Amino acid sequence: MTSILTNLFDGVAYGMLLFVLACGLAVTLGLMNFVNLAHGAFAMAGGYVCMVLVNRMGWPFFAALPLAFVSAAAIGIVLERTLYRHLYARSHLDQVLFTIGLTFMSVAAVDYIQGSSRVFINLPAALQGQFDVFGVGIGRYRLMIIVICGLLTIGLQMVLARTRFGSRLRAAVDDPRAASGLGINVPQVFAFTFAFGCGLAGLGGALSAEILGLDPYFPLKFMIYFLIVVTVGGSSSITGPFLASLLLGIGDVAGKYYVPKMGPFVIYTMMIVILIWRPNGLFGRTAAR
Amino acid sequence: MNASSDVGHYAQRQARWHYGEAAFWLAVLACGFVFPTRYLIMTDILRLALFAMSLDLILGYAGIVSLGHAAFFGVGAYAAGLLALHGIINEPVLALIAAGLAAMVLGFATSFLVIRGVDLTRLMVTLGIALLLEALAERFSNITGGTDGLQGIEMQPILGEIPFDMFGKAGFFYSLAVLFVLFLLARRIVHSPFGLSLRAIKNNPLRAAAIGIPVNRRLIAIYTLAALYAGIAGALFTQTTAIASLDVFAFDRSADLMLVLVIGGAGYLYGGLIGAVIFRILQEVFSTITPQYWQFWIGLVLVVIVLVGRQRLHRWVLYVPNLVIKQVAGRKAVVAVPESDA
Repeated sequence: MTSILTNLFDGVAYGMLLFVLACGLAVTLGLMNFVNLAHGAFAMAGGYVCMVLVNRMGWPFFAALPLAFVSAAAIGIVLERTLYRHLYARSHLDQVLFTIGLTFMSVAAVDYIQGSSRVFINLPAALQGQFDVFGVGIGRYRLMIIVICGLLTIGLQMVLARTRFGSRLRAAVDDPRAASGLGINVPQVFAFTFAFGCGLAGLGGALSAEILGLDPYFPLKFMIYFLIVVTVGGSSSITGPFLASLLLGIGDVAGKYYVPKMGPFVIYTMMIVILIWRPNGLFGRTAAR
Repeated sequence: MNASSDVGHYAQRQARWHYGEAAFWLAVLACGFVFPTRYLIMTDILRLALFAMSLDLILGYAGIVSLGHAAFFGVGAYAAGLLALHGIINEPVLALIAAGLAAMVLGFATSFLVIRGVDLTRLMVTLGIALLLEALAERFSNITGGTDGLQGIEMQPILGEIPFDMFGKAGFFYSLAVLFVLFLLARRIVHSPFGLSLRAIKNNPLRAAAIGIPVNRRLIAIYTLAALYAGIAGALFTQTTAIASLDVFAFDRSADLMLVLVIGGAGYLYGGLIGAVIFRILQEVFSTITPQYWQFWIGLVLVVIVLVGRQRLHRWVLYVPNLVIKQVAGRKAVVAVPESDA
């Protein structure tokens, strides 16, 4: 019984992490209709920045996290302004090729700079180990992830639903032409959103070093997970990808624990079935552009 | 002359063999005699060319973007390996056909999943299928040999006459023969009314359906055929290298394949062949400069190609050949990359 609860807890933490990693992609892929296979590269960038700051320069872990966000967002905005924005109107094939190219480059570049082995971030003692609540083992680090990611999710939902920027973004996504007719600077809104999504991925990358493992092949290994979150979750709101991440996280942890032999088999099958059953995602709108 | 006979006339003229094509194949054949020390890499290029031609059939002609074409390559490779290893079908040509058919069955079964949904769903489903097969191959390591791969494959002589030699000479001419036969078949198919209807579907599925083309059935047919081609390419891989390991399903293989086709240009069959040559040369050059990091340069090539624009790039590449051809054969004989791809 307690092992089920512990697994559930780990699954939720894993799912939350996936959500933070992938929610930027939910915007670019789901809302802006841009196939960005290089999303994991931004996460990796954030992870490595955090690693260098903590391990080599002795920064405290919690001070390095915001910097992981900022650096990934900065890389994101530079690439968006120089490269990505030329490709918004191009075919999906072009977008796929371009972002695969970027992914390959990032993998080789990180391999060149940092070596190909897996890296670990030195955690403060307060985050290590686990404690028991009614016999259920709760990892401190995973608890922290749930808290941080939960707060982020609530914050995102508030920004999207309540603020002026949120309504601008939703308008720009629903109908870019009408939105720009109303005086909304659509490219700017998209650029900002893109950068913010990259920043979140960077933060997720820094947090995930402990759980998912951080090495130069991170963007390729987890690409499919991010894509699953977005395509299964649909793009109507932030809730869809959130629920999809939780489902994926719990499913993956449970699958690895109870049927280790089946490996990632369960998840891929689930994804294909869901996509056949509801091509626009479980929680998606019916009309995709 | 009315419109329909005009179309027929144009299609027939397109389907006719050009001198350039004959010259191309003679040049390929000549390579087999000119570079006797390079059989292994040339065989590799031929396999890649066949594999790329398979992707060209669905991407260039039917407009299906696939990120998991390695699935069929892998099935063909393992099928050929298992057939040879357990001595079920010893004769390589028969085994090649059997392996191709195995991939074809898979292609037919999965085509129903692929024709549903739009580009994005197709990307995910094709990628998912390839990953699924990779996971399966890893799971059933008692059959596939897991990460070690199938080992100890002994190939019997081709047609019972010609043994595979260690320099790869037999393998090269065998691969070339297979490639050429399949090329002839593909050429016949894409210039047939069936092939023309595929192009109509690619340009506008709705309009194609409106003029009476059974869109889904045509897509299923071409997807199945492409799976056969990819399966045969995979089987050739196993037969000429005598190994089959998990990386036949790898994502990198599907991604590299796209690059091959993009370099050569999709939608005129020769794209895959030319792309394969250029890709391998690039790979060789990059890995001699930076052995471990050649992937960076491959990525850079992809990014640059997309940013410059595939159409424009092909116009530049063909500029000089066309200038020469114009001088020799007059204005009409210009080589053009037909239509836009995808």
